[in-house]
Amino acid sequence: MAFDIKQIQETNAFSCLECGKCTGTCPVARYSKKFSPRQILTHAVHDSHPDMYDSAQLWSCLTCQQCDEICPSNIKYIELIQLLRQFKGIENREATCSHGGILESISRIMTTPDLQQDRLGWLSKDLHVSKDSEYLYFTGCLPYFEALFSDLEVKPLNIARSTLKILNYFDIKPQLLANEKCCGHDFYWNGDMDNFKKLAQANLELIKQSNIKNIVTSCPECYRTLKVDYPNYFGTQPFEVVHISEFIAQKISEKNIELKSPDIKVTFQDPCRLGRHMKVYDAPREVLNHIKGVELKEMSHHHKRAICCGVSGWMNCSQISKNIQSQRLREALATGADTLITSCAKCQIHFKCALQDESLNQDININIKDLTELFAENLN
Amino acid sequence: MAKAKKIAPEFEPRIVVFACNWCSYPAADSAGINRMQYPTNIRIIRTMCMGRVNPAFVLKALEMGADGVLVSGCHFEDCHYSFGARKAAEQYKKLEQIIKMLGFEKERIRQEFISAAEFPKFAKVVREMVEQVKKLGPSPLAKSRRRSEKEVLLEEAAAS
Repeated sequence: MAFDIKQIQETNAFSCLECGKCTGTCPVARYSKKFSPRQILTHAVHDSHPDMYDSAQLWSCLTCQQCDEICPSNIKYIELIQLLRQFKGIENREATCSHGGILESISRIMTTPDLQQDRLGWLSKDLHVSKDSEYLYFTGCLPYFEALFSDLEVKPLNIARSTLKILNYFDIKPQLLANEKCCGHDFYWNGDMDNFKKLAQANLELIKQSNIKNIVTSCPECYRTLKVDYPNYFGTQPFEVVHISEFIAQKISEKNIELKSPDIKVTFQDPCRLGRHMKVYDAPREVLNHIKGVELKEMSHHHKRAICCGVSGWMNCSQISKNIQSQRLREALATGADTLITSCAKCQIHFKCALQDESLNQDININIKDLTELFAENLN
Repeated sequence: MAKAKKIAPEFEPRIVVFACNWCSYPAADSAGINRMQYPTNIRIIRTMCMGRVNPAFVLKALEMGADGVLVSGCHFEDCHYSFGARKAAEQYKKLEQIIKMLGFEKERIRQEFISAAEFPKFAKVVREMVEQVKKLGPSPLAKSRRRSEKEVLLEEAAAS
């Protein structure tokens, strides 16, 4: 895509005061000597061309939005980064895609219309789905994560099973799309707009054919993409999108639900897409507080100051990511909690990966669970 | 003279073979030296070990329009890097699941353990694989992604 100064103006980048708060708050800049959000911005503005700076740094940004929150000039920093990545182009980038690029390949293969996926193998008989419900459970890439990350001892499909169990508990038998594609979140944030649009159009077409009015997601990334990015690019959509934590919070506020009381201390990791991007901070906490016997202890960085899990869009995983993760896990342990609750499959995968480091394992060993798993376990 | 009947050309699959430097590549070599015949549909990529072949490489090959992918290397006991072939077998299990989920036929990929001395096996496996993939027809991605022969010729002409 051609470089367009007008689009940069729209992100407020020209009102930068060069105060450096973005670099001060950035979790990547804390561990990396090279990476500086302020520098990327000043180069983009002053040199007016993204080719002027070392592009590898551009791909280290987590788009976790810490900088947006603290910026006194209201610069939409992550949008600027997303734009610069589009200009720079996905083909000639100097980024390393973690896991050998397999996750990108999977999503790119999904853009082919001729392939009919076989992705519902995980459904068991005790989980109920229907073909004409107004509700859709958007599973996201969970079945693929399950296959790929089996050696990290993560079970991403447990999130999907738990979500279905919860929906069934509230008398909803949602639809599942047999040929659902990746939502395109990673392509969007890595600046690959062609593939993002292909996936989005395919998904919107599938949703339109199935007469769906409500979409429930268990993944904050799908949530953001379906709720914000699809309408931005393809106009207002005839469906509502809710995250499963909002859904549960809504249901428990309407009617008191008796649950088991497990007696555990937990702490909550705000996923950046759910928290800072979508401002959903309270719903997951309401759900946790509703389970009697669960004591919620906040980490030193929480709500809008919560620190990201270290990697986004499967891009540039490095020692810096590991440092961010182990620091975050130390924070979680310092609260005295015995379980870290998160609400994003990727957070879970990344933290469990950090636990693989044997030299650190003693320091940071903590149970990691998804919100849906905890809630589903305690249903009567 | 009667006009020759136009016969539709038979589908010739393109198969990417990842062969390890120590066993399967020498096997392919020996097959040539011993004048064994096997179809010309394969393109061999030599890797140091089968364990180096990340599932991502296989997916990338399919994404770029390969009709089939064969991953071959040493037997477990012969692996020059002790556990490389075992690692490859583990990774291959993941790959099989993903290929199935994405909707490819499972016959499009194959893993074989072929030692340097087993060159007849190499020729046999390639023949079988080509037969198999011919039956399946072109990969759904090949149609949209692969450049046609004509395009390749045009590009080459433009480059020279």
